[in-house]
Amino acid sequence: MYTERVIEHFREPHNMGKLADYSAIGKVGNIVCGDVMWLYIKVEPDDEGREIIRDISWETFGCTAAIATSSMVSDLAKGKTLDEAIAITNQDVAGELGGLPPVKMHCSALAADALNEAIFAYLNEHGRDIPESLAKRHERIEKEVAQLEKRYQAFLEREPDAVGAAGPTEDSCS
Amino acid sequence: MPETIYLDNSATSPVAEDVVAAMLPHFREGYANPSSLHALGRAARRTVDEARAAIADRLGAAPDEIVFTAGATEADNLALVGAAHAFPEKRHLIVSPIEHHAVLHSADWLEKRGFAVTRLEVDETGRVDPAAVAEAIREETLLVSVMAGNNEIGTLEPIDEIGAICRARDVLFHTDAVQAYGKIPLSLEMVDLLSVSAHKLHGPKGVGFLYVRNGVRLAPILHGGGHEHGRRSGTENVPGIVGLAAATRLAFDELDAVSSRMRRFRERLIDEVLRIPGTRLNGHRTASLPHIANFSFQGIEGESLIMKLDEHGIAASTGSACSSPNLEPSHVLVAIGVPLSMAHGSLRVSTGRQTTDSEIDTFLEVLPGVVEELRAISPFKVGD
Repeated sequence: MYTERVIEHFREPHNMGKLADYSAIGKVGNIVCGDVMWLYIKVEPDDEGREIIRDISWETFGCTAAIATSSMVSDLAKGKTLDEAIAITNQDVAGELGGLPPVKMHCSALAADALNEAIFAYLNEHGRDIPESLAKRHERIEKEVAQLEKRYQAFLEREPDAVGAAGPTEDSCS
Repeated sequence: MPETIYLDNSATSPVAEDVVAAMLPHFREGYANPSSLHALGRAARRTVDEARAAIADRLGAAPDEIVFTAGATEADNLALVGAAHAFPEKRHLIVSPIEHHAVLHSADWLEKRGFAVTRLEVDETGRVDPAAVAEAIREETLLVSVMAGNNEIGTLEPIDEIGAICRARDVLFHTDAVQAYGKIPLSLEMVDLLSVSAHKLHGPKGVGFLYVRNGVRLAPILHGGGHEHGRRSGTENVPGIVGLAAATRLAFDELDAVSSRMRRFRERLIDEVLRIPGTRLNGHRTASLPHIANFSFQGIEGESLIMKLDEHGIAASTGSACSSPNLEPSHVLVAIGVPLSMAHGSLRVSTGRQTTDSEIDTFLEVLPGVVEELRAISPFKVGD
């Protein structure tokens, strides 16, 4: 069911853990779905003064695919300019892993969303202009959290602490 | 790679050598159709009759109370759907919320067709309260289905008490005994219908039976040549039926020895796994099947845990439904109130007759490191 690349990244994930000195954090996923991803980025200017993702790490609660996509998205974004990182899609993540089983595609969406949210948080905290595509994705992610929390209200009332920061895509947890 | 340590015997179990040996001649020489009139056919009929008698004998049933099926899913479907169609005036079913999906989805299917279904509650160990069954029974109640022992958490249900209540109220009582058959002594006294599968018991896949108490009417769900006294059409799976009988003999004749060994493994597993911080036992500490122990680990997800154990040559499974299209945690763990933050991190360890002490040793040596490894990359830290 999983490709060799997925298994490799699961066995020896890259960039895992929490950055000691991070610029921003993107939190996505919900414990109800069994996937939660926290992505940390350290943003610094490069020699030409462009802001790049100098360092990146993650902490993930989730299945094999969730861990492999966390590892892959961190590889893809590391060293990239913010604009380049914003352009990373879930298809990029899944593609680099040699594909994911259909039922696990939401994990790649989660990884791309986590990156999106970390960059959004960084730009927001620093009072920067937020590119429209990034803002739109942020809105979608927030909307999905609200929908998810509504759907799982009964569960969440029982465990108010179990709420993650954001939700995966609509079709991933139905 | 060293041999796999197979601790997933509740999913399916390795076919015992004696069972394979008993089956083989019925592929090679005894291939005839038991309904054929010639000598080979008559021999095949005798083979099926002998297997049926052996199973009935171990279970304490009459031979014609055993209806062979293609496994327990079919047996569960036949019990619920067959009874529903035989008694169309009775429009109400009662099930536990931790039944196998073969029961739950059969009940759902009937509900969509106009039946009323009561889903009972269970306590935090997964036990059904017999008093709740008594309370739920109505005038039009057809059948109550409560499993003998749960396949995910191992909890034993008070089926004798529930069966007695059903008997007194003239309601059919069905029990899915897939995990309990051959593992604990079972009394049919208060049971009307009982489902069994061969492959959980070191027998072959694709064969099982439904015990149907004499006098209980069922409408068939498979129509054809009228096999099994018209209750289940289809040419008998002779090698499979022989395998089921051989597995039954093996299990019942060594039940005490094998089950007490499994019980000892379970005790060790529970004692040692619970030493790992942030773990819990799902199910009942003592009122349990001997071969199933289910744990949850705070901060980690079940599928990852299974994959890490797999790297170490250990095969186990999770109650987490992460690999199914429905990503919600196991209906059993939710029903017993396992916190969601732990329901996704469940691990089911199920032993078989082949399991050894040294395999349990290895599992217990490997597990803490794997749990630690996964917790190191999780945002949820133990003690949060």
